[in-house]
Amino acid sequence: MAERTLYDKIWKSHTVGILPTGQTQLFVGLHLIHEITTAPAFDMLREQGMDVAFPERTFATVDHIVPTDLRTRPFLDAEAEELTKALEKNVKEFGIEFFGLDSPNQGIVHVIGPQLGLTQPGMTLACGDSHTSTHGAFGTLAFGIGTSQVRDVLATQTLAMDKLQVRKINVNGALRTGVYAKDVILNIIRRLGVAGGKGFAYEYGGPVVENMNMEERMTMCNMSIEGGALAGYVNPDATTFAFLRGRPYVPSGEAFERAVAYWKSVASDPDARYDDVVELEGKDIEPTVTWGVNPGQAVGISEKLPRPEEYSDPDGARKAYEHMGWQPGGPILGTPIDVAFIGSCTNSRLTDLRAAAKIARGRKVKAGIRALVVPGSAEVKKLAEQEGLHDIFREAGFEWRDAGCSMCLAMNPDKLVGREICASSSNRNFIGRQGSPRGRTLLMSPAMVAAAALNGQVVDVREYP
Amino acid sequence: MSEIVKITRVTGTAVPIRGNDIDTDRIIPARYLKEVTFARMGQYPFFDERFDAAGKPKAHPLNDPKYLGASVLLVNRNFGCGSSREHAPQALYRFGIQAIVGESFAAIFAGNCVMMGLPTATASASDIEMLMNTVEQNPQTRFIVDIDKKIASFGEQQISIDLPETYRSALTSGSWDSTTMLRARLDQVKKTASKLPYMTGFAG
Repeated sequence: MAERTLYDKIWKSHTVGILPTGQTQLFVGLHLIHEITTAPAFDMLREQGMDVAFPERTFATVDHIVPTDLRTRPFLDAEAEELTKALEKNVKEFGIEFFGLDSPNQGIVHVIGPQLGLTQPGMTLACGDSHTSTHGAFGTLAFGIGTSQVRDVLATQTLAMDKLQVRKINVNGALRTGVYAKDVILNIIRRLGVAGGKGFAYEYGGPVVENMNMEERMTMCNMSIEGGALAGYVNPDATTFAFLRGRPYVPSGEAFERAVAYWKSVASDPDARYDDVVELEGKDIEPTVTWGVNPGQAVGISEKLPRPEEYSDPDGARKAYEHMGWQPGGPILGTPIDVAFIGSCTNSRLTDLRAAAKIARGRKVKAGIRALVVPGSAEVKKLAEQEGLHDIFREAGFEWRDAGCSMCLAMNPDKLVGREICASSSNRNFIGRQGSPRGRTLLMSPAMVAAAALNGQVVDVREYP
Repeated sequence: MSEIVKITRVTGTAVPIRGNDIDTDRIIPARYLKEVTFARMGQYPFFDERFDAAGKPKAHPLNDPKYLGASVLLVNRNFGCGSSREHAPQALYRFGIQAIVGESFAAIFAGNCVMMGLPTATASASDIEMLMNTVEQNPQTRFIVDIDKKIASFGEQQISIDLPETYRSALTSGSWDSTTMLRARLDQVKKTASKLPYMTGFAG
């Protein structure tokens, strides 16, 4: 088993005890909730007459179902309205801080946690959402949970958990121009498989990761779960501390110095032992696009679509081709698109929007393409507007929306229709994910989505200096 | 929970759903997550694969009358990957599934299942193939999925199944509904919390 890793250290300091089942009772330092996976958890508390054990350690927002254009209440969607009302009632009844629709802190739960400095190194963090792994970018042990587990965290601030193994993934060298964190993580998943991380936490390191800013690290950690790993993290360093300094929920003055000392102490030791180590070369990574129906089915932009036999599950690959409607051997380059979506907890932060805006500046979205930019939070939106990014996008023909999960999972009115193909900066290309059972999703970096929107087809972003 | 329900074995007929990496978006499309309770989830498992846009049933094992009333679901590799939505196992459970036997399960999905008292057990790829073939040829075959002994059997045949020891223990001891167990130790929880520097805002 791994030793002296960040994972081991946090696991140990948060262990309450060993349960009769053999599981570990693990303290949860921060609990984030949203409207979708929580209502039954609060109902269970009420049925059992329980209160929330540590209400000051839970924070709530609305993100999954909120409309990103017309946000007047009541929502046109009666179910969305009811679910939002249920959350509003629950946070009030149980005394939980809530960043609602009118709050300047509203946004995608995995964007606002870091933005507010709620997410900190050396903490455990749980949320009823699989992309909670995002927060691992800060050296936080963060993982997604189901609704019954949300109930457990509310009632006890703990979870019954089994310890994971730790796999170190080193990305060596440097990335080439036009290659982003999204391309790196898509390549890791492609190489290790969508189930390859089962039973593991992924520790991302090596020069490429060490040189990434916090938003890039979040993109990496965000998609850990797409590789089957419940959690992914990066050791906290000077980049992490600089990001956190001055944020609303981060201590200041001498307390900040004490915090930094603690944060440094939780990083994996130089002689830490890992259960597995994987090495990747940054220079080998190209702008990457998924061609199939899971995030592991991806190719470099200059590659040909693989033969099904190249996969461990050829039948699965054949079914993916059937759904997508293309043939092995063809190029991914030039694949026509109908919709372009820039957003989601993977790629909706300021640096993502800047990268996309750089491509879109002074150019036009191809006629007939529906293109959306959905900032990850109200704050990201505000900062982007201060830089004039909204004008660049609008002038190019993109719609500039309010914050939310939007077309990543299409629980709000932003959906694909019929067989539409979407170039998307989100995290899942599952069948039906973007709201149409017959729809198709091509995952790629925000810059690649912007370039695809301008051309109406998949292009190589490196041709847009 | 006041009532302790020990889950040691599940018996009944089975239904196979073939394919690797079946994600929870397929098991339950996101639009059904807008409902405020799990009460109606049993109507929705695999909805978009079972019904076309007009609501007309399509060929799918869960629509096939020969599998009607099955309580064991047979699946392949990495079942339940993707979104953490507990609506997925809730949909299967409320549809009538009481145990899932497959080659492997995604982590969050398996965790959600155990907390609902829905066992997920693994078996070798060849045994799963044999079980699926058996059921497809003879859907009336009755299975016993013995969680305690880690054996699945039908007729004279037995195969070994596996699940994490902590899951087996939670299910067979009736402590799968973990809230009571966790809440009994709130004093210790507070003690652990008090040692974490961030809990006091790094006060000196």
